[in-house]
Amino acid sequence: MRRRSGTGYTAVPPWIYAFAAVGALFVMLPLVAMAAKINWAQFIPLITSESSLTALGLSLRTSAASTALCIVLGIPLALVLARGDFPGQRVLRAFVLLPLVLPPVVGGIALLYTFGRQGLLGRSLELAGIQIAFSTTAVILAQTFVALPFLVVSLEGALRTAGGRYEAVAATLGARPTTVLRRVTLPLVLPGLASGAVLSFARSLGEFGATLTFAGSLQGVTRTLPLEIYLQRETDADAAVALSLVLVAVAVIVVALSYRSPRGRQAMAGAS
Amino acid sequence: MGLRFEAALKSRNFEVALELAPGETLAVLGPNGAGKSTLLSIIAGLLRPDSGSATIGERTLFDLASSRSTWVAPHDRGTALLAQEPLLFPHLSVLENVAFGPRSTGTPAAEARSVARQWLASTDTGALESRRPGELSGGQAQRVAVARALAAGPDLLLLDEPMAALDIHAAPLMRRLLKHVLAGRSAIIITHDVLDALMLAERVIVMEDGRITEAGATREVLNRPRSRFAAGLSGLNLLTGTARTEGIDTRYGLVSGTPEGTVSPGVPAAAAFHPSAVSVYLDPPHGSPRNMLRATITDLEPHGDAIRVRAGDLAADITPAALADLGLAPGMRAFFVLKATAVTIYST
Repeated sequence: MRRRSGTGYTAVPPWIYAFAAVGALFVMLPLVAMAAKINWAQFIPLITSESSLTALGLSLRTSAASTALCIVLGIPLALVLARGDFPGQRVLRAFVLLPLVLPPVVGGIALLYTFGRQGLLGRSLELAGIQIAFSTTAVILAQTFVALPFLVVSLEGALRTAGGRYEAVAATLGARPTTVLRRVTLPLVLPGLASGAVLSFARSLGEFGATLTFAGSLQGVTRTLPLEIYLQRETDADAAVALSLVLVAVAVIVVALSYRSPRGRQAMAGAS
Repeated sequence: MGLRFEAALKSRNFEVALELAPGETLAVLGPNGAGKSTLLSIIAGLLRPDSGSATIGERTLFDLASSRSTWVAPHDRGTALLAQEPLLFPHLSVLENVAFGPRSTGTPAAEARSVARQWLASTDTGALESRRPGELSGGQAQRVAVARALAAGPDLLLLDEPMAALDIHAAPLMRRLLKHVLAGRSAIIITHDVLDALMLAERVIVMEDGRITEAGATREVLNRPRSRFAAGLSGLNLLTGTARTEGIDTRYGLVSGTPEGTVSPGVPAAAAFHPSAVSVYLDPPHGSPRNMLRATITDLEPHGDAIRVRAGDLAADITPAALADLGLAPGMRAFFVLKATAVTIYST
């Protein structure tokens, strides 16, 4: 492992540090400002109120479900994008990554016209007795829609870095493609998959626009923590701020987790 | 089981046909980019040629010539590939790496491990079985990779410069191991080292620009090279030209020597001789009738205890004292002199 030694030369001009400090302040100051507004005396009661706990529980459950869905859908997509060679591959990648740059509310509208009662698939689903819009399922779908690119990007990168040479060797040793995937490819990119899943979970947890548009804001059914915060802000600013801090705390934990794994990956690459 | 192979791949300017007798080891020599790795990739099924066919014994690997073209997937070919780097799976222990082949073909885990242990023992790496690949030295890892390739029970072993990435201490051990495991086994080994070819292979082919330019028994090719590349490998000077009654006509003039077999005048022929048999003079020497080739010196480089004087295709080894005496430098014209008895002439 390489650790920066204090005596080594770094090619960063000193004035860069000043600009970096401004950048760091820009990110940290709003958090400090928010923390300063917190009514600490009421903090615990505020975040343990029934509506808050319901929203937090729903957020964690739906985010976990959408992360699982991202893994199920994202692994094949990343594999096809990283290893495949077919016409339209670039177009497919562009479309898979689209939700990254699309305003979430637009995604919500698109989902509504797909799975809503009058939507493309919604009508057939309705006939089959399945209603998706404005249900917890809709929350999960909205979160998956916006979070999937994070997993695909992260995993595709890991797959490209790992390269296909281990897979080729495995094949010449007699392993069928499915065996290669299970015993070589996936174990090799596990750190990339893990950090992709963590990022997807974080994105799902913070999802607001698509959820509100496609799933609405029903307490206990579709009102996740970000929606609860938005609603509380109108009536009880203290509660909104307290809940925001909870989300910040969860986000910090998630980011810390995902930043551990790239280092783990480096250690693995260095060892091999 | 013998290999019968012919394939062409236009995008890599590759066109090769070769046969391998059962139990025979073939060395593939040639400069970088000659298509040696392409050859192994096509046999292993990792690269698809435009046309051609290949069989091992009765088994077809691919047949793109017939109307119903056949392409067997790499995992069904029985052609294990060992590359320059060991490429041990970093997430598996040494034992699990070696057991990977048997397990992939459906052998129960316990049985696969016992097969793996046998191969680890025969490659002298049994003590490493619980280590991770990251904890092995380069030589150890490559020996484990040999064990892993053999544990898969391949009909044909493909080795792509297996010693190129090893340091000078690990390479001799590896060479000895390969000599042991390749005995009686069908194998193709790509190498840059003439020693590997001599020690490990009964037959060699020389590839240049995607074609086989020379093929034959290893000693034959190295002692009587027909290509410049093979001559360079065996450390011989090679001058080609047309045979005359008194020698052969080369671009440096007439070179006489000892003909091997019948070399009739007019046929294309080659003269081979060792650089150590060549002396260098600034003025034409007098005395016995010897070959005297006039050339401009291009390079001087240390070569063992001697100094190698190069003049285009010609090389001469002289002592450092002689070099100091003559005051040679690149760009100077000199006479390269050698006795006819030191030159072997053969038709090409």
